[in-house]
Amino acid sequence: MTSPPPDAATTTAAADERPPKPRPAPIPDHDSAPWWQALHDGKLLVQRCDDCGQIQLYPRDRCLACRGPVHFVEASGRGRVYSFTVIRQNYARPFRDWIPYVVALVDLDEGPRLMTNLVDCDPDDVTIGMAVTARFEAVSDQAGIALFAPAP
Amino acid sequence: MSAARNAGGRRAVIAGVATSDYPKLPEMSEHAVHGQAADRALADAGLTMADVDGFASTGFFPMYATGVAEYLGLHPTYYDETNAGGASFEVLVEHAAYAIEAGAAEVVLITYGSIQLSQMGRRLGTGGGGGAGFAPGPAIYDALWGNTLVGNYALAARRHMHQYGTTAEQLAAVAVTMREHAATNPQAQEREPITVEDVVSSRLVADPLHKLDCCVISDGGGACVLTTAERAADLGVTPIYVLGAAHATTHHMNLSAMADLTVTPAAQCGPVAFARAGITPADVDVAQLYDSFTITVVLTVEDLGFCAKGEGGAFVEDGGLGVKGRLPTNTDGGGLSACHPGMRGMFLIVEAVRQLRGQGGATQVDGATIAVAHGTGGMLSTGATVVLGSEAP
Repeated sequence: MTSPPPDAATTTAAADERPPKPRPAPIPDHDSAPWWQALHDGKLLVQRCDDCGQIQLYPRDRCLACRGPVHFVEASGRGRVYSFTVIRQNYARPFRDWIPYVVALVDLDEGPRLMTNLVDCDPDDVTIGMAVTARFEAVSDQAGIALFAPAP
Repeated sequence: MSAARNAGGRRAVIAGVATSDYPKLPEMSEHAVHGQAADRALADAGLTMADVDGFASTGFFPMYATGVAEYLGLHPTYYDETNAGGASFEVLVEHAAYAIEAGAAEVVLITYGSIQLSQMGRRLGTGGGGGAGFAPGPAIYDALWGNTLVGNYALAARRHMHQYGTTAEQLAAVAVTMREHAATNPQAQEREPITVEDVVSSRLVADPLHKLDCCVISDGGGACVLTTAERAADLGVTPIYVLGAAHATTHHMNLSAMADLTVTPAAQCGPVAFARAGITPADVDVAQLYDSFTITVVLTVEDLGFCAKGEGGAFVEDGGLGVKGRLPTNTDGGGLSACHPGMRGMFLIVEAVRQLRGQGGATQVDGATIAVAHGTGGMLSTGATVVLGSEAP
């Protein structure tokens, strides 16, 4: 799985001689480094509270519910679309080269919500509630991202 | 602010308001816009810079208010630059009212100025966020996907449509009514009448939001002056009372951290502000509601309790927000048509005060005595409600 989507070249309005700009990569910090590294390695993690069992994202140093200590556990990579939009105007590179593309909020089966891009589907076919699964893409030596595609 | 909180004590009022020139100011600096609005608002209150001992403003870098104070030659002993995005100026008015009632300041000047149109062109909202450097710390999580400011509000609109059956035509009705009001405002950026069909057939920017569901991008500013009711009486100006106010936040730049995309911070701060003012939504004669996008208004009328959750679409239809409608709203034409320089909250205060003074012109709401200004900032991240009245509480 690579980005931008395959139809990007045909929808770019003006010729741009510059080489394609890569996806932005996050700068891992103490809270997030294991999470980004796991995505790089093809695993989606969530945090679970040692004290109350609350499951959360994004990665934080303590539990949002009870301030207890948290540890990472692997998630299923499955979820459902909570909402979505099709971006049809964005002047910033690299995104403008992808237009139109789908930005979605996905509720993981484990509970937490993630923003993502939906790939491998026509923007016109996306619906709220649609089942999706994670597709991993490395964006740096220390970080990957979870894109989502319709569940098989 | 409320009678209970302030029995027999100092009462904060707005004594002067003004807008700067707008919507296009290619020959003014950002700080000059502040100054022009400040001069006009002070003159409106019968005051001068020499009377100002409190100052508030906010912008997009730290110590912004102190910089504007320096530009204006002010040496205030109260200052505030709380930044809640589009809701900032409602928060600054609330804080200023507290300061005056606590005796921490006598005359607080609050100014706003922006030349974002002249500086940046029309790309704001769909031009930023290109790299991780734009999103320090946890703001990175929603910054990797090419989402835009418009896209965030589009996600909320889509969810509201899904849960409640809200239609694109209902959202469009907001833009149509704002344009009707703008047609009576000689300064408004867009004044040509539009129809629901015009809105829904305009270009999609981020589904389901069209170009005409989005605010204009403008230069402009405004100012207001708060003092005590006693001082206002001495000055001989019509006092507009700050009856109650409150603000709330649910998240920052990560829309993924917003629990329910159909419920904004207005649902928290609106009821608190109304309770502090001792009113209910039914008492409100005229509303100035942040209209960055059409969906913003639909969510806000629900969250402030003007209708039930999910009924906002029907509420804004058929001229519901018109001068003769269910809730006369954004009588200057709003951010959708009149002026949106980035943080529009000051314009809401100015227009609310003008309505309560009977200075609303062609869109004056007859007999208006209670107005609500509600700002919304960030990605539906912040909300701030100010209840104003023309009669002493």
